[in-house]
Amino acid sequence: MKRATLDTQTSGTNGDLPPTVPFWRDPDKRGMVFQIVVLLLALSIGYVLFTNTQANLKRQSIATGFGFLQREAGFEIGDPAIAYTAADTYSRALLVGALNTLKVSFVGILLTLLLGVIVGISRLSRNWLVSRLSGGFIEVMQNIPILLQLFFWYALFYEAFPAPRQALNPLPGVFLCNRGLIFGVLADHPVHSHMLIALLVGVFGWWLLARWGHKVQDNTGRILPIHRMGIGLCLLLPLLLWLFAGAPTALNIPVLKGFNFSGGVTVSPEFSALLLGLVLYTSAFVAEIVRAGIQAVDRGQVEAAMAIGLRPGQVLRLVILPQALRVIIPPLTSQMLNLTKNSSLAIAIGYSDFVSVANTTINQTGQAIEGVALIMAIYLCFSLSTSVFMNWYNKKMTLVER
Amino acid sequence: MLNSRIANAAREQMKPPIRNVGVIGWLRENLFNNWFNSILTLLVLYGLWLFVPPLFRWAFVDSLWFSSAEACRDINGACWSIIPDNASFIFFGFFPKGEHWRPLLTMLLLFGLVFYSKDSKHWKRSLGIYWTIGLISMGTLMYGGVFGMPVVETDQWSGFPLTLMLALFGMVFAYPLGVLLALGRRSKLTGIKSLCVVYIELIRGVPLISLLFMSSVMFPLFLPEGISIDKVLRAQVAIILFTAAYIAEVVRGGLQAIPKGQYEAAESLGLGYGKTMRLIILPQALKIVIPPSVGILISAFKDTSLVVIIALYDVLKTTQVTLSNPTWMGYSREAYLFLAALYFICCYAMSSYSRKLERALHTGR
Repeated sequence: MKRATLDTQTSGTNGDLPPTVPFWRDPDKRGMVFQIVVLLLALSIGYVLFTNTQANLKRQSIATGFGFLQREAGFEIGDPAIAYTAADTYSRALLVGALNTLKVSFVGILLTLLLGVIVGISRLSRNWLVSRLSGGFIEVMQNIPILLQLFFWYALFYEAFPAPRQALNPLPGVFLCNRGLIFGVLADHPVHSHMLIALLVGVFGWWLLARWGHKVQDNTGRILPIHRMGIGLCLLLPLLLWLFAGAPTALNIPVLKGFNFSGGVTVSPEFSALLLGLVLYTSAFVAEIVRAGIQAVDRGQVEAAMAIGLRPGQVLRLVILPQALRVIIPPLTSQMLNLTKNSSLAIAIGYSDFVSVANTTINQTGQAIEGVALIMAIYLCFSLSTSVFMNWYNKKMTLVER
Repeated sequence: MLNSRIANAAREQMKPPIRNVGVIGWLRENLFNNWFNSILTLLVLYGLWLFVPPLFRWAFVDSLWFSSAEACRDINGACWSIIPDNASFIFFGFFPKGEHWRPLLTMLLLFGLVFYSKDSKHWKRSLGIYWTIGLISMGTLMYGGVFGMPVVETDQWSGFPLTLMLALFGMVFAYPLGVLLALGRRSKLTGIKSLCVVYIELIRGVPLISLLFMSSVMFPLFLPEGISIDKVLRAQVAIILFTAAYIAEVVRGGLQAIPKGQYEAAESLGLGYGKTMRLIILPQALKIVIPPSVGILISAFKDTSLVVIIALYDVLKTTQVTLSNPTWMGYSREAYLFLAALYFICCYAMSSYSRKLERALHTGR
């Protein structure tokens, strides 16, 4: 591009040179031709594929379009997130699949962050034993394919854990057997939903308190025990409500009936194995990201923090982590996306996530194109929304420099 | 007088107390340097004591290594016998029995080449020639049809050679494609750029298994009537397309790291786009991104295991087939642990090599 402008300039001031360069030497025009050729090529490939597909679909008499979504699905789904029976439509089945994917990804991301941060910090511990152990954990988890890990945990559930009759009972009310993890919960009571609302009110109050506390600190320099007050608020409000409702303590404890448990909450082996595999695998990568982020903080920052008398915990919380987060967030985002995408491996161990439901749909209706398109669309949705959120968070956390 | 005092002080200098050196010193420094660490150490030791001895007992003391499946029913420990008893199927799958020396030789050839390429002194043009010769002879060995070797169709290629092949060809073909995509993404030509951006983001946004599904259920619909493409090849194409998008992002990072001055210098020499990239920019950019590329290779190697889902017989699938045999049912822990060790050795070797390379290439700056 520069050369072209240079040429026209010289030709403008000096009439001896030819006024234009031949078009095959002009990068601008050459680029234009090249682009047109590539686009035409792409379009013609697309056209050929499209016509072939049309012909094939016609020959195999496969219907096209999304009409099948309104038809009856006719297959069962193991632990659905919302009410679902085989008589429901394909669209509802797919919705159940999508919600199952969301559920396992959401819980998985939370646990992964927790475990990853702990392991990442332990990797840097001055305690030799702790740092070596977390190093070993990271190496092992990173270097074994996640699918193999999923198979392993799934097999463990079915082979190593006993039948419900001999279920392991590690804690009172908690049972571990080849039907999954079963634990007792408080029996349903109307006050529970009110308590949840009270908790949300408490959190909101905490947020208001924190804002007020910041203002007070900015104006007067006084530091108020905001967080202690906030935690108190969050605990006290639901507790008061609970006492007011007559302190219901009825429990819904799982009881062995015949060959299975009834009551309590059951987490299926499929869900547990998927969650376990995803969390262990991804947290190893998160741990490495956390470690690298912490190490990227300038040593002088730590020394300065120690010089003003902060304790190690405070140094970590107030000085290192806020700065490390800036380095950590972008790669962390892609790990979260990886976890969500890897949750599609649920199909291998029989957990009904979106891919698994879509695959059954494809097999039943033969509408492969629509099915694969739906899978891709939904994951692109997840990916794009996660990255939009993380970019927003990233922008909020970036260092504002002069 | 002052001098003698200094001399005295020097003479009085004592050895450090025994508490700071030797085993005790090391323990105090690394495990018990304050109360928090001491508690942590004790807790970790207690946890290890709970788990390690029973595990050790299960894996080594009470275990059987070379026995029949019947003998395993009577023991409490691990039954490692499942591995030696089924090794030939786990490793070579459905490759004809008498011909197992061919995939074995192929794998040895591959490991030899990889080992040879490890040394950066060997990174010359001749290396490319060796690899070309190596790949051709590996293909010939596997397929056969010459020198009296019977033909073995690709649907019989299974087990570990299939895993290695999917990863190797995934990398070999994805790399140039990825470089082209990265160049396209950085290109000033809007049409090319948007095409590449859409491709990269689309592929990176979806899980690999959706691409594998596409290759197995959708791809046949794309082809004109009467033409069908081998299942392994289709999966291979999906893996290549997937890996290329990731490579493109890695290479883009390398391209961005090249200072602007390098482009300007090339321009002032009057080099065109092709020459600038080939002679100035890419050699520098690709050198920077060698370590992350090894990272992509490692994940490509691990990701080949996903072909299980579209029923290709890689090493994970052959293991599962073994486990579905009633004789050996119920020993999946042992089989999966063995497989995990196999993958771990391969991936760990690659990742530690990548770390070594990173240190070796980290010169100055």
